[in-house]
Amino acid sequence: MLNLIELLSFGPNGWGDEIAQGALLTAELALATLPVGIAIGLLVALAKDSGSRVLRGLGNLYTTIFRGLPELLTLFIVYYGGQMLLTRIAGYFVPDAHIEVNQFVAGVVALGLVLGAFSSEVLLAAIRAVPKGQKEAAAALGLSGWRIFRLVTFPQLWRVALPGLSNNWMVLLKDTSLVSVIAISDLMRQTSIAVGVTKQPFFFYLVACLIYLVFSGLSSAVFTNLENRASRGFKRVGGH
Amino acid sequence: MDTLLRAVADGFLWCMGLIGLNVDLMERYGLRFLDGVWVTLALVGLSILFGALIALPLAVARVEGGKFLSRASFTYSYFFRGTPLLAQTFLVYYGAGQFREQLTDIGLWWFFRDAFNCAVFTFTLNTAAYQSEILRGGIQTLPAGQMEAAQALGLSRFNAYRKVVLPQAIAIGLRPLGNELVLMIKASAIASVITVYDLMGVTRLAFSRSYDMEVYLWAAALYLIMVEIVRRVWDVLERRLNRHLLLSR
Repeated sequence: MLNLIELLSFGPNGWGDEIAQGALLTAELALATLPVGIAIGLLVALAKDSGSRVLRGLGNLYTTIFRGLPELLTLFIVYYGGQMLLTRIAGYFVPDAHIEVNQFVAGVVALGLVLGAFSSEVLLAAIRAVPKGQKEAAAALGLSGWRIFRLVTFPQLWRVALPGLSNNWMVLLKDTSLVSVIAISDLMRQTSIAVGVTKQPFFFYLVACLIYLVFSGLSSAVFTNLENRASRGFKRVGGH
Repeated sequence: MDTLLRAVADGFLWCMGLIGLNVDLMERYGLRFLDGVWVTLALVGLSILFGALIALPLAVARVEGGKFLSRASFTYSYFFRGTPLLAQTFLVYYGAGQFREQLTDIGLWWFFRDAFNCAVFTFTLNTAAYQSEILRGGIQTLPAGQMEAAQALGLSRFNAYRKVVLPQAIAIGLRPLGNELVLMIKASAIASVITVYDLMGVTRLAFSRSYDMEVYLWAAALYLIMVEIVRRVWDVLERRLNRHLLLSR
């Protein structure tokens, strides 16, 4: 047992620092993906809410595809497909060009596409939950389009969307582990490397699981805080 | 019979060629893809089924079990819902390898030796956690009067659960259970990482040999078809099983 703890020490003999770096990269990856995914989700939600039938159709198609594909498959398609596509495009300009797609970017794009599909559903429901009269009243007060969104629509949309988005974030956090398959040194991959050397899979993967649990625990604390903040002007049934 | 099958296959390939797909590649790997679909379906079907069997007692323990049982059930689902399935799969698959001697001693090594079994085992434990949360939600939204009325009629607690509470809880949870089935189909692709030749595994194999992106698109189409079929079937199922709820609305 003592040997196992020693394996986690920082420094040349332990794997603590390597695993900590991996955990940091996992957090970075998730945090980098979040704005990308939410931006895509917002665009898709607006498309699905728009008057144009073509835009609505495209929005629904997007959601159907990226909600239905395994995340691992999306990752491979973005990584290998992106590489081949970019190489081909570059080939038109520079013969024999070969382009390597940065794994981190591929991970952000793939996870962002998936997060976009799931968050668009949440955001769509939230957009529809804000009554039309709110926008009309704001317009009647003379607010510009952007200020209407920022001061009136968004704060109300945010409150409704938060619980769903918090769910999406938890799923994203776990999905980041998949990028280890395309050799990004995230928490999962660093753990696998440690396992390869020490031959202690059970212990190290358990440690990795506990780190993921800590991440999701921290996240849920943050989201509870945000939710309380977002709904401070709103009296809940049975609460205050 | 063989000539007939051959003709059907040729016709199919001809159609695929017509929409611009790589016929040679499909002739070489097409049947393997079908095998892959079959493995994926077996993986998902077994896991969902065994998972449901574990989820029932877990959900009931959450609601009825005293301090200890309900906490234990909560901890179980917190762990499996809070950690990535990939990590759980590695924990079981590689972890089992580490405890080979002990597993041989208790006569379980033959089971954990096989990657497919490890995948089913992990997925079962994982989906049991999610399904138990869905069922618990269903049980807890039922009014207390349901249980009281059942007991007033002289049903034992066990029978009240079997005949009154659980059927309604499952009806309430039907939609989320369908979502869980879809999530499981998608998540099953993870099995390919521990050398199971499911649809994803076959796709990766075909890609590593041919370097043709097209195989990923076949896989995408097949996964989407599976997911859409489940969604459509579930819509019908829900309308049929919950028609008493629909009428009252």
